[in-house]
Amino acid sequence: MTTTRDTADRPPTTERLLQITRLQHRRSPRTDFAIRRIGRLLVSLLVVVLAAFFLIHLVPGDPVRAALGPTAPASLVESTRAELGLDKPVPQQLIDYLGGMLRGDFGTSIQSGLSVTDTIVSRFPTTLSLAALGFLLAVVAALPIGMGAALLARTGRGRTANSGVSAVLGVLIAVPDFLLSVGLIAVFSMWLGLFPPAGWGSAGNAVLPVLGLALGPMAYLARIVQVEMIKVLDSTYISTARAKRLPQRLVLLRHALPNIITATLTVGGLLLSGLVAGTVIIETVFAIPGTGSTLVSAVGTKDYPMVQGMVLVYATMVLAVNLVVDLILITIDPRTTIAEG
Amino acid sequence: MTTFVPRDTAPAIEGVRAKPRRRSRWISVPGIAAIIGVAALLVIAIIGPDVWIQAATERNIAERWSPAGPQHPFGTDDIGRDIFARVMVAARLSLLLTIGATAMLIIGGLAIGLTAAILPRHPRRALIWIMDMLLAFPWLLLVLFFTVIWDASAAGAMLAIGLAGIPSITRLVYNMASSVTDQDYVRAARVVGVGPLGILVRHVLPNIANPLLVQSAASASVTLLAFAGLSFLGLGVQAPEYDWGRLLNEGLGHLYTNPMAAIGPGILIVFAGLVFTLISEAVAEQPGQGLRALARATRMALLAKVPSRREPVAVSKHDDEAPLAEVKDLRIAFPDGAGGVVERVSGVDLRIAPGEVVGIVGESGSGKSLTAMAFAGLLEAPAIVTADARRFDDIDLNAKIGAADRKRLGVELGMVFQDPLTSLNPALTIGRQLTEVPEVHMGMSRSAARTRAAQALDAVGIDDSARRLKQYPHEFSGGMRQRAMIGMALTGTPKLIIADEPTTALDVTVQRQVMGVLRRAQEETGAAIVFISHDIALVSAFCDRVMVMKDGVAVEMLDAARIREDATHPYTQALIACLPDMKSDRTKPLPVIPADLAAVAVAGDAVVAQAAPGGTAPSHAESAAAAEEVKA
Repeated sequence: MTTTRDTADRPPTTERLLQITRLQHRRSPRTDFAIRRIGRLLVSLLVVVLAAFFLIHLVPGDPVRAALGPTAPASLVESTRAELGLDKPVPQQLIDYLGGMLRGDFGTSIQSGLSVTDTIVSRFPTTLSLAALGFLLAVVAALPIGMGAALLARTGRGRTANSGVSAVLGVLIAVPDFLLSVGLIAVFSMWLGLFPPAGWGSAGNAVLPVLGLALGPMAYLARIVQVEMIKVLDSTYISTARAKRLPQRLVLLRHALPNIITATLTVGGLLLSGLVAGTVIIETVFAIPGTGSTLVSAVGTKDYPMVQGMVLVYATMVLAVNLVVDLILITIDPRTTIAEG
Repeated sequence: MTTFVPRDTAPAIEGVRAKPRRRSRWISVPGIAAIIGVAALLVIAIIGPDVWIQAATERNIAERWSPAGPQHPFGTDDIGRDIFARVMVAARLSLLLTIGATAMLIIGGLAIGLTAAILPRHPRRALIWIMDMLLAFPWLLLVLFFTVIWDASAAGAMLAIGLAGIPSITRLVYNMASSVTDQDYVRAARVVGVGPLGILVRHVLPNIANPLLVQSAASASVTLLAFAGLSFLGLGVQAPEYDWGRLLNEGLGHLYTNPMAAIGPGILIVFAGLVFTLISEAVAEQPGQGLRALARATRMALLAKVPSRREPVAVSKHDDEAPLAEVKDLRIAFPDGAGGVVERVSGVDLRIAPGEVVGIVGESGSGKSLTAMAFAGLLEAPAIVTADARRFDDIDLNAKIGAADRKRLGVELGMVFQDPLTSLNPALTIGRQLTEVPEVHMGMSRSAARTRAAQALDAVGIDDSARRLKQYPHEFSGGMRQRAMIGMALTGTPKLIIADEPTTALDVTVQRQVMGVLRRAQEETGAAIVFISHDIALVSAFCDRVMVMKDGVAVEMLDAARIREDATHPYTQALIACLPDMKSDRTKPLPVIPADLAAVAVAGDAVVAQAAPGGTAPSHAESAAAAEEVKA
């Protein structure tokens, strides 16, 4: 064995020096990345809180009058205004608002007089379980469907099967979630009588809402997986894996899948936070007592404190999903840190 | 053995090729469907309110909530109005609101995105940061937020949906614009003094116009559904006005008695959404999809049945030895995207003796890499590979390869690809990728495989192998990655290593290292090497024999040591003449391969090409004609 070796192939370029610096850094780049991401989340949360607070001040005219209606007596409007603290100067209101939030007090509904905090506590678990089930279904179904469709498209075998899958995915993408839900109710509740059309609580109750919520994002995600899979199958590193004559199973699961997941999550992250927002519509269609249906009725009745609370709940959920997607990305894809930095 | 067929049957295969046609993007399935759909929507929106307003407003309490029937296709509502008529009347408002909100988000996004592209660094970053943060929130949440401010009404909903769509268009416009402004020709324009506005108008806008058009149509589809959704939630258009979403909302309560009251408006919503999507697809349409794919498949099947037409011509000097690997009359064809096929490699013969180093040299597109891939049995659909014989050791690569033979191929045949940046899997550690052959094919344990992988890295001169195995490809430099690729081949017991331009992507000093590693690997394992390059000097220095390829044909097989003396084919001679040496007159430019020689017809073997320089083989006559046609 010869002993002449070089560790560096080329003179140290700036890029290489940066790399070396990065390696010598005390924290790992992944930790750095995670810390930056969480920092960004906190800034975004602060912006969201401010947006929720100023929402009521952005309404043209008198928000209390708008909420109570033109027929409400002036004395009631005044007393409600005082209750909400809207008669105080704005900076004082902001301090009160932030102070209340720290104590876990998100205000009181104008319309019902219920505590916003209590409403969130009682309704949020429903929304969370609906979103989690939808999320799970979308991701778990999209991967095999998308990968299968890509393999069919690539080998040229099963052309009919492939165009069938593409057509179904296309329809699911084109039909919006509220229409899909109406269709699901029409077929599975009224026609077949398999599942109840509304309500929440039992497993049977969950089937249609979860399908209505997840099928659209699932189809979209499957399309992305299909496109990414075709790209990955054409890449040289898959040729390398094939040149090693690895069994097809290993080529797909070990060599293709991780590369698909990173690309899919990057593109599909927005889709998944869209799924969180989809609960607003699904809960309204299926009369599910969650935070989404509360938000819609609060917007309709101009119940500003309730809207503020629900906006905060949803914004936090969306930011949390984005953070989770990013954290999954840096766990499975070592390049994310470099690309981002 | 195949029967001999005269060479002049070659046009049969070329005749399959279709001439390239330039067709309008609208003459395609999505294009025609989009035109018909737009026409239908326009007609309904323009004449709808006049034709159906009577039926849509006429009350008939006696017929309230009557189910769908011949008189009322979608049934009637709570005061007996015909729902079908109301759906038709609602088309105008639904489409106007959609177009209004779409115009708002496109104009807003374009203005902010382009502004961001020409802003100085700090304000640009701030603006994009704000847009990115807004982008993190789904449109529905933004829409609901804005709806609270502007009240639940048609105008409020339009403002809300338009504003909520701006961030994503801004990001798109900004990304496209900055990728254009990074181009060298834009930099050049800036250097000669074109201002930011001039750059935007002259360079950026024309380049982003088409994708923006695609995106506008796609946004219109999303906007339409957003309106429907908002009105469906009761937060958009308010009674007594109505759009499709509002009608859907009203119908939902009576799903049990008259499903058509909800499904009717739903059909129109989906139809209109689909039309916008079709427009976007028609604008973005790529050639070679749809129906034409079917014609292509038929022609491919046809070609696969075309028999070989030539007696294999033996060119090897090693005829007497039993070859390690050989291929006879190798042909590789591809679909040309317009329904025909193009033969890219025609009748190549190659035999490799054990331990022999054979070079394949030729310019880009000469078919040398394809030949190597087919030689290794790695070409897959859509490539169509035929050969009289294709063999590695005693494995017939033309037949279906059994499990045991697959293992042997994995262990004994190594591949090194051109670009080390893409040939290693970015998501897996080097160790994972180097232990696969020992683990999967040689039945080694995890730790034994790791030891072997570490030895392989040592053998290719990568220090600190234990730590290096834990790293990912992106932590390696280009030259190290290529050495790791060679190391990967060494984790088996290679009898043949096919190196496909292994040094082309590397700079010259690294090139020398990699060649050294390859040479050492050859000496230590005794493996044969097929070395592919466009660099005739490198190939003749490294190899025993050299095969010269041009336009998919092997024009010459030469002894590497005597390449200057023995080269008879004008193309090879021209290649050699281009090589400078110590005696070259440095005041003169290097010779150039003449155009007529570069375009010389090589329909058969070297002899034919020599006998008829500038000949008129059908394939080239036709491609020249096709090129003329495109120019015209």
